[in-house]
Amino acid sequence: MELSRRDAIAALAAVGIGTGGVALYRSDAFGDGSIDSETSPDDPIDTMIALAAVVYPSEVSGIDEFVETYVVGRLEDDETHEERTVQALAHLEGYASDEFGDSFVDLSPEDRDAVLRELGVQNAQPNPEGSDVERIRYYLVNELLYALFTSPTGGELVGHENPPGHGGGLDSYRRGPDA
Amino acid sequence: MSVLLTATSVTDEVDRSPSERVDVCVVGSGPAGALAAYSLAERGHDVVVLEAGPRFSFEDRLRRMERFLRPAFDWVDVWEMGGDRDAYASTGELHYPLNTTRVKGVGGTTLHWLGLVPRYHEKDFEMDSRYGLGEDWPISYDDLRPYYAAVEREMGVAGAADNPFEPPRESPFPMDAFPPSYADSLFEAACEALEITMHSIPQARNSEAYDGRSQCVGYGTCDPVCPSGAKYTAEVHVAKAEAEGARVIDRAPVQRLVHDESGERLEAVEYATPDGETHRQEARQVVLACGAIETPRLLLLSESDEYPDGLANSSGAVGRYLMEHPFAGTDALLMEETRQNHVGFMTSECHQFYDHDDSTPGSLKLEFINNAEPAPVEIALRDGSWGDDLVGAIRRGSGNSLRIGALVEQLPREENRVQLDTSRTDDHGNPVPEIVWSVGDHAIETMRYAQRIQRRIFNEMGARITGQTDPHNPGAARHPMGTTRMGADPETSVVDARLRTHDIENLTIASSSVFTTGGAMNPTLTIGALSLLAAEYVDEDL
Repeated sequence: MELSRRDAIAALAAVGIGTGGVALYRSDAFGDGSIDSETSPDDPIDTMIALAAVVYPSEVSGIDEFVETYVVGRLEDDETHEERTVQALAHLEGYASDEFGDSFVDLSPEDRDAVLRELGVQNAQPNPEGSDVERIRYYLVNELLYALFTSPTGGELVGHENPPGHGGGLDSYRRGPDA
Repeated sequence: MSVLLTATSVTDEVDRSPSERVDVCVVGSGPAGALAAYSLAERGHDVVVLEAGPRFSFEDRLRRMERFLRPAFDWVDVWEMGGDRDAYASTGELHYPLNTTRVKGVGGTTLHWLGLVPRYHEKDFEMDSRYGLGEDWPISYDDLRPYYAAVEREMGVAGAADNPFEPPRESPFPMDAFPPSYADSLFEAACEALEITMHSIPQARNSEAYDGRSQCVGYGTCDPVCPSGAKYTAEVHVAKAEAEGARVIDRAPVQRLVHDESGERLEAVEYATPDGETHRQEARQVVLACGAIETPRLLLLSESDEYPDGLANSSGAVGRYLMEHPFAGTDALLMEETRQNHVGFMTSECHQFYDHDDSTPGSLKLEFINNAEPAPVEIALRDGSWGDDLVGAIRRGSGNSLRIGALVEQLPREENRVQLDTSRTDDHGNPVPEIVWSVGDHAIETMRYAQRIQRRIFNEMGARITGQTDPHNPGAARHPMGTTRMGADPETSVVDARLRTHDIENLTIASSSVFTTGGAMNPTLTIGALSLLAAEYVDEDL
């Protein structure tokens, strides 16, 4: 399943963000001094892409452009979301550096997966105002999964071309599985 | 714009001071209040609408949809229900989850409703005459029939003439029905073999562009939020009322109704505003349209020396006879894909078992559900797995589910009621509503009957039944009714056939609270029809 920038723009539209035909670039995000260079990743978008490579199913391709477009659009739109995403990324990076001796981006996929499991993300409640690991679940992991599974491409991974959250019209509900 | 932001956190500079004495003050801006306000403003009357909740921006709808789909938020978070403003007690045999049943805001509960709008059947108005159950309404289906047609046009209802059990109607639906789903087709052969007729559902949802709103685009989250505007909400008629000159004041919870010295007429409506002030809106006529819980609560809060048991309560019926539609469902799995969650609403139902010969079991309406399992995104965000494991979790948790539901008739029972809990107060120091709800034998027997039919269908299909609702502990369909009931006898009812209270001559109630019996049909079309009827009588008196 190939994700595209168009999928990302559709995912942004589904959370009420219209890009208005204006291209969004990573330099637009985090450009307001919200990153503390002492504790934060060099490039948060790269960290989100590295995280998506772990949490997205292996069948999915085109992750880089999808994640960059979605995350930049999302953060540009919402200062609180940006600030808390940066905090969650900093916590993820801090754990990766302390326990695995490298930045999250430079870890192997197996070690990135291990970071998440050792942090307990799989059992954490997704809570935008919760603990560090609850915020990692909400702002990072679930954020990426929400973008994917409300998109037609993400839905198709599980046989659902018009998943709830996507305004895909009135044809799919009448179609059978073989249509 | 953040998904964390709330409309009620916004500081505004809206003028919420009262107007000079107006023709009509409408309390509540849900479907009943909005339609009454529009109808009266259109006739040239000065109308002020007081709404307890905020005016929600349409631009926020996608963020509210996100709240619904993300497990970090609860159902009540979508429309910001809860907290001290909405505190309540539930002390009956069954818990009544009040704040999941309603929304306080401009548009009221239609902001989160599903949007099904069947008419009540003739028998619903004649329960005592036909079955010796409950009471007859003081009006008949024929009395309400032209108002049903009018409110179908006002809301924009998509439907078809394929329901052989429907009461007589005089005109086609304004829009074509939504065709049946693929999931519906899986039931067809079994229903045909069992001689059970499936048919379309009247829906206040655009199957085509209507009244300046778009066709449904299939977001799949109608209940609790439609981001496209294709589903009708009472905001439509709030806007139309405002275009006709009505004034709508949001965040203005009414505290009490004040009568004159004679005790026969209301003088004013007292309401609070966010700045901590209390105001008096004087009006020649008052229309209470704040639902089956807040309407009786407000009457009880408005006690006086003349009305020590609550305003308009000489009958003692204010707050009593609370009814709901218990939901009886059966779940099953089929050894093939059932294609759930491609739309957010049902497309087939069955009224065949609605009109009955014996008194019990009573009326039921079968519903063939298109959302019988969690959506992929819901599983993805809750499961705790990721990567390829997550695909497996979604496939295990979805794909083969089916559900048949039933709305079931509950009889009016005096002990089911809304009263005041004086041990706890809301954010304005008023006692909170206390809900006492139980189901009763008639509804339990009707649920059992519904579930026998559901099991027969699934058995005929070869589906494996995985669960059924406990008839002694059903969910409520979130249709509270009956707490200021209509009747000809002032000794046993609160309002008359004109929807006017027996006690107060300029107080009208437009709400499901006036329903004498509850039937088993979704109530909002009947609420709307009664509201248009009530507005005509108010107009006559102005």
